[in-house]
Order: sequence, then C-alpha cells, then structure tokens
Amino acid sequence: MVLQVDLVSPEGPVYSAEASMVVARSADGDIAFQTGHVPFVGVLQADRVKVFLLDGSEQLIAVHRGFVEVSGDRVTILSDVAELAEHLDPERAKAALERAKAAISANIEAGPDLFFDKLKAETRLKVHDTFMGRD
Amino acid sequence: MAGGQEKALRRRINSVQSTKKITRAMELIATTRVARAQVRAREARPYAEKITSVIEDLAASGAAASHPLLATREVERVAFVIITSDRGLAGAYNSGVIRAAERELMARRLEGQDYSLILIGKKARDYFSFRHYRIDESYEAMTDRPTYEDARRVAETVIERFEAAEFDEVLLVYQEFVSMGTQRVAMRRFLPLVSVETMAAAGSGSAQAAALYEFEPSPGDVLSALLPRYVESRLFSALLDASASEHASRQRAMKAATDNAEELITKLSRAMNRARQDAITTEIMEIVGGAEALGSSGDEVEHDVHDFETAYAEATQEQS
Repeated sequence: MVLQVDLVSPEGPVYSAEASMVVARSADGDIAFQTGHVPFVGVLQADRVKVFLLDGSEQLIAVHRGFVEVSGDRVTILSDVAELAEHLDPERAKAALERAKAAISANIEAGPDLFFDKLKAETRLKVHDTFMGRD
Repeated sequence: MAGGQEKALRRRINSVQSTKKITRAMELIATTRVARAQVRAREARPYAEKITSVIEDLAASGAAASHPLLATREVERVAFVIITSDRGLAGAYNSGVIRAAERELMARRLEGQDYSLILIGKKARDYFSFRHYRIDESYEAMTDRPTYEDARRVAETVIERFEAAEFDEVLLVYQEFVSMGTQRVAMRRFLPLVSVETMAAAGSGSAQAAALYEFEPSPGDVLSALLPRYVESRLFSALLDASASEHASRQRAMKAATDNAEELITKLSRAMNRARQDAITTEIMEIVGGAEALGSSGDEVEHDVHDFETAYAEATQEQS
C-alpha cells in the first residue's frame, strides 16, 4: 500500500509522487500520514512538509500556507506558495528576510504582507538548512 | 495624370500590404496565446476542484458556520468587478463587457443602490473615467497573462472592503470562454458567497461519508481559512477565462482584418492595372498622333484610325 502525494498550486500541479509516509505541520503540531489514515483536512502552518518516498529518500517541501487533505490513500497539499527544497535559493531568501525586517522596523504600521514576506523567507531558510544538513 | 494615379495606387497597395502583414502576425500570435491560456486554465482546475471538494466535505460535516463572506445583507451598494483588456484590436471583446456592466449599473441605480467600480484592464478604466464614474480601484497589466498573485491582490481588496461592509454585493463581469468561436458576457454574483451547501452541490459530488472527516484545528477554522482561497481561486479562473476570450476575440478580429486587407489589395491592384493600361494607351495614341501630324501630307492614313484619334483627342481635352 502506498500513499499518492500531490502538491497542487492554483497555477497547476507542482509535484506528485508515491510515498510511504508524509509529515506535515498543522495547527496543532506535526502530523504524520500513512496509508489507512482517517479522512482529514488540516490548515498548514508555514513550515516544511516531509515526504518519505518509496525508495527511502525524503523530499522536503517548503509550504508557506495552505491545506492538507487526506482521503483514502491520497494526500493532497493545496498551497499557493510552496516550493521544493532543492529549488530554494538561500541567498535570495536571506536578502528577502533582511529586506522584510528592515521594512518592518522602518514602518510601525507594517501590513500583514510584510510579516508574511518575513515568515516566508524564514521558512525558506529553515527548510533549506534541513535540506543541506541531511546531505 | 494617369501616371500619377498609378503611383498613388501603388503606394496604397504597399501600405495595405504592410498592414496585412501586421494583422496576420497578430492573428498568429493570438492563436498561440489562446492555446496557452487554455492550457493554463486546465492546469488551474485541479486546485479549484480540490478546494470545492474540501468545502463539500465541510458542508457534509455540518460545519456551515457563519462567516463574513457568507453574510447576505440588504444591498445598499453594489460593487462591480469588471475584467477587460489593456489593449484594443480585439473586436467587440471589451465593449460587450462594458456595455453589460453599465446597463446593470444603471438598473441598480434606478433601484436606489449606490455603486463601486473595481476595474481590471485599461479599457474599462478609460471608458468609465471618461464618463466620470467614481472608480474605486483599477488594475492594469493583468489580463494578458494573469498570475495567481494578480488574482490574490484583487481578491484581497475585494474581501477586505466587503468584510468592512463598504458594499453588500459584488458582481463579476467578464467574457466567458465557451469555445474558440464563441465567447459570451458572463455576469456572476461573486460575493456574498452562496451558502456552503450550494457550493458543495455544484461540485463533483464526490464527497466522502461525512462523519469520517477530521478537521484540524476545527471545521470553523478550516472554513475561514478556506473561503478566501476559494474566492481567490474563483477570481483567478475568471481571469484566465477572460484572457483566453481576449486572445480568441483578437484572433478573430485580426483574421477579419487580414481578409479585408487581402480583398482591398485585389481591388486596388485591378484599379492600378487599369490605370497603367490607360496610361499606355494614351501614350501610344500620342505617338501615333504625333507621327501622323508629321507625315500628314501623306494620305496613306486609314480613315478609321484618324477618326478614332480625333475622338480620343477630344475626349482627353475634355478631361484635362
């Protein structure tokens, strides 16, 4: 029995694979899915999603917001901002983080967009570090 | 003079020919863009379907909680989200949308409702600002290749204003893509959203046995995180649809223009050839006339040629 994992963004399917287990961080903390999980819908936190592939390797995905839906042996991750770990650019993320921080400290009335940018950059860096540390 | 006429015609033919080249190129570009827009619309479908199916699950579990985006109020002010293009040369694409929207706006004003305008595309903005309508928001450079980020930006403003009760109903007006040959103006209620049950009923109906679903943190929280995404995704698919329609309209308009140019070129070439032949005939007649005048003492000249020539000379004199 395998889990069918799909990462779907509004602009199109991003990633799809067969896996033995998926670990995501939902509102209450990490949650793991294996085959036979009860149907589940959760709001994802900005964090990594870990997909344990059938050949024993792991795929890391940075998800900045979105949902996970599990039904049958299908895990669907819906997110409008998600990236595969190997596609992350740490330099750009760092620069974006600095920019967001500067903008927030310069502006007391910082909008939610700025905080989201900061969070996005932080998540990217975190996922990238995990990705590099593993190799 | 006949020669001058020929020159003028040739110049016109050249100009029509270069116009034809341009319209032909635009037609080809539009054709590929339609194909691309259709592919993008197809790629966007899984996400939209999945969101709808999660809403189905929520509805099935009875989580149809109240949410600001579901709030039906008495309509005092209606907002129009109008999607048009930035560029013209697309036949009746823009005017169809604008006319439908303006008609509805007039009707609503007669009912005593106020209006807000949220315009996407330069054409709508030009039209409504020229007529001194009050424009609340206008966006540009979105419709050629809409991205999800574009949809998110517009949806965010609309949601914010709707939740602040700035307006009580939102209508979405755009050209719906039916097929390559058919697009029609669609006017849809965008907000408030119809009840969760209705949304679910419009879905694929693949909802699993309801009670089985677990929601985290809670059905209500999932719903309130989900609805804005649903609104964004609906706007995104409308933008993609409008973009496919725009390119299809432009393709058709440009094809008509190319055909017309071709027809015009045929007509002008015919006129030009006639003018050239006339000029040659006149020249020959002049030479013959000249030769005859020089050798006029000789009586070898045949009478009918002589008659014809006098007649012709008279005719040209009349003309000049």
